[in-house]
Amino acid sequence: MTLLTEKRAPRPQPETRKIRGKVHLREHLMGWLFVGPFGIVFLAFLIAPLAYALYLSLFQKKLIGGTSFVLFDNYVKAFTDPSFLSGVWFVIRFSLVSIPLQILIALALALILDAVTTAFARFSRLMIFLPYAIPTVIGAVMWGFLYSKGFGPLTDIFGLFGATAPDFLSSDLIFYGLLNVVTWQWAGYYMIILYAALQGVDPTLYEAARMDGAGRWQIATRIKIPLIAPALILILVFSLIGTLQFFNEPQILRYLAAGAIGSDFTPNMYAYQQAFSLANFNYGSAISFALGGVVFICVYAFLFFTRKRRSFL
Amino acid sequence: MKRRRILATVAMLAAGTGLVACSSDEGGSDASNCTNTITKQNVPVVTMWGWYPNTQLVVDNFNKQHDDVQVCWTNVGQGSDEYDKFQTAISAGTGAPDVIMVEADRIPTFQIQGALVDIKQYGFDAVKANYSEGAWKDVSVGDKVYGVPVDGGPVAMIYRKDIFDKYKITPPKTWAEYEQAAQKVKDAGGPLFGDFGANVPAVLMALQIQKGATPFTSDPAQPNAIGVKLNDQASKDVLDYWGGLAKKGLVGTQNQFTPEYISGVINGNYATYISAAWAPGYLTGAGVGKGQDTGKFAVAPLPQWDLANPVQVNWGGSAFSVTKQAKKPELAAKVAYGLYADKESLTDGWTNQIIFPLNLTALKDPAFVDLKVAFFGGQQANKEVYVPAADAYQGVQYAPFGQYYLDAMEKQVSEVIKGSVTGSQAADRLQEDVAKYAKEQGFTVQ
Repeated sequence: MTLLTEKRAPRPQPETRKIRGKVHLREHLMGWLFVGPFGIVFLAFLIAPLAYALYLSLFQKKLIGGTSFVLFDNYVKAFTDPSFLSGVWFVIRFSLVSIPLQILIALALALILDAVTTAFARFSRLMIFLPYAIPTVIGAVMWGFLYSKGFGPLTDIFGLFGATAPDFLSSDLIFYGLLNVVTWQWAGYYMIILYAALQGVDPTLYEAARMDGAGRWQIATRIKIPLIAPALILILVFSLIGTLQFFNEPQILRYLAAGAIGSDFTPNMYAYQQAFSLANFNYGSAISFALGGVVFICVYAFLFFTRKRRSFL
Repeated sequence: MKRRRILATVAMLAAGTGLVACSSDEGGSDASNCTNTITKQNVPVVTMWGWYPNTQLVVDNFNKQHDDVQVCWTNVGQGSDEYDKFQTAISAGTGAPDVIMVEADRIPTFQIQGALVDIKQYGFDAVKANYSEGAWKDVSVGDKVYGVPVDGGPVAMIYRKDIFDKYKITPPKTWAEYEQAAQKVKDAGGPLFGDFGANVPAVLMALQIQKGATPFTSDPAQPNAIGVKLNDQASKDVLDYWGGLAKKGLVGTQNQFTPEYISGVINGNYATYISAAWAPGYLTGAGVGKGQDTGKFAVAPLPQWDLANPVQVNWGGSAFSVTKQAKKPELAAKVAYGLYADKESLTDGWTNQIIFPLNLTALKDPAFVDLKVAFFGGQQANKEVYVPAADAYQGVQYAPFGQYYLDAMEKQVSEVIKGSVTGSQAADRLQEDVAKYAKEQGFTVQ
């Protein structure tokens, strides 16, 4: 583009204009060169696979009859497929419970750690953050063992009081079993983000508040929380997207939970099963995109509602 | 200024070529990727995927005995893990090995996608007599042969002698007796009698077939048509039977092949284990029957529905198939025919109970038949139980969408375990589900 504009530039121009044009061209080129490496990686590893998946999702491949173009049939199928819909319903329910829980725990811990500045607080901060440093897969396997009826500690602890331990891997309690694993893993991470945001608040504000007679509780609720609202929104969006794409924990615990977690437990697991064990890449891609649509709608709705409320938060 | 621009260009080009270099690296079949070491140079190499615990030895034996071809083996995972990778390679059109270990029930699934080679044209007649008719039937589709049988899985009832002695019961011969014995043990405060796991649909299918179910039927003349019959009375009866046992608390509902289940087996939480001939090897590997538990296990024939007309069934068992992506199918077929077919490898396989051999040279070997199996406390398990069961096995027609069928069955069995549906209802739902899938895939369902 830039080359063309320069060539077309009218001839009888003063010398200075010409030079400036050359400088512009040079700057443009340099800019593209610097963006280039990122651009190539971005195109090759994000845009191209997405486009390819979208392309795949418009076809249908049958064992008999081969591949045919079906436009949006796969999407129609997805949104009428009980497996997909029940998966979506599960992750939405799970989000509604797990996100507020995680955020409340993270916020409470961040406020406490911000107010207390002993060596023990620093140690606690590290310990609360630690679960996030453990890979999800290892975390899930570990909890699988802790929940185990056969050799987990729960059985022993409840046995001491002559009670039967709850089986968090049974179909009735798997929701809470997963809830616990997710909260354990992520609350610490959100806590660090909120804690960092709290560190950025100007301490003179607290002093001013104290002079006006505000107590600790009032400082926390009236000053600290409103000031870190952007960080709160950020982690809410993170956790919403993450939870709607729930995959690792249930996929690992599947093998330990007797029939409580099916292959279509969450939409992502369903897409994985369709693509990689049933070789239905077309439908798998369609499910992924359909899930992407659900995530987009949920995040958009969330941002829309919080935008209004942020004024009095 | 100019120099900097050149530098930037160079940097960008370098980044670009780096990417190209990554993408052009095919990985493929060069000998450096083999798990085994190939010592003979300048000999054509055939790649192979497999997961027998003694594959290393089997491959080394083969390579030692052959000067015209060498095998390059990779273990890409067991069962589904391998199938998922193979499936991805089939879809991608590249990346599959030349020879692959598959369970017999998966062969139709890959065959219908055109992923396997009919090996009848590559020296089939020379080895035909080494296997029984039934063994060949399980690896064939129509009159074409898509695999070389290696091992089978005649199903029997493994049980704990100590538990049976304690509660004074003898091995049940029928399923009615099985339930009575389970009730007796439960009433006396004993452990669970068996396990009804959702994640082992293949053995449930075998038990349904035992009662007379024929889940899938097809006619080679009409490859687009398939008979799906998953809710006939026999199928319903078997699901109702196991669902009933679970509901009465006579059997557990734990997923099998999990640490939870194995720890239960070690603790003596299950009096019986309905499983195949390869199970002792698997259990031993998982730490069962060792130390103070040595010799506590024994095996008895599979309980029957009708003692006058006993039916034997099979669970698992595998074969070597040649893939369509093999560049030299004839050479690959030679490997498929020759691997795990030499006496040394077979003997290692059956003495360690890794395989129940289908190769008649091993199956008819008195040393194999008369073997006193250590896991079963010296019981002559092959002679008493497994060989008769294997001899009576008649082969099964598997589905060309086996993965979907087994996944769907797992889902329905989970519902039965939860108690949300009865066995009969589960069978009806399964029929509906699988028939719908078959239609979607372009089959005419009969």
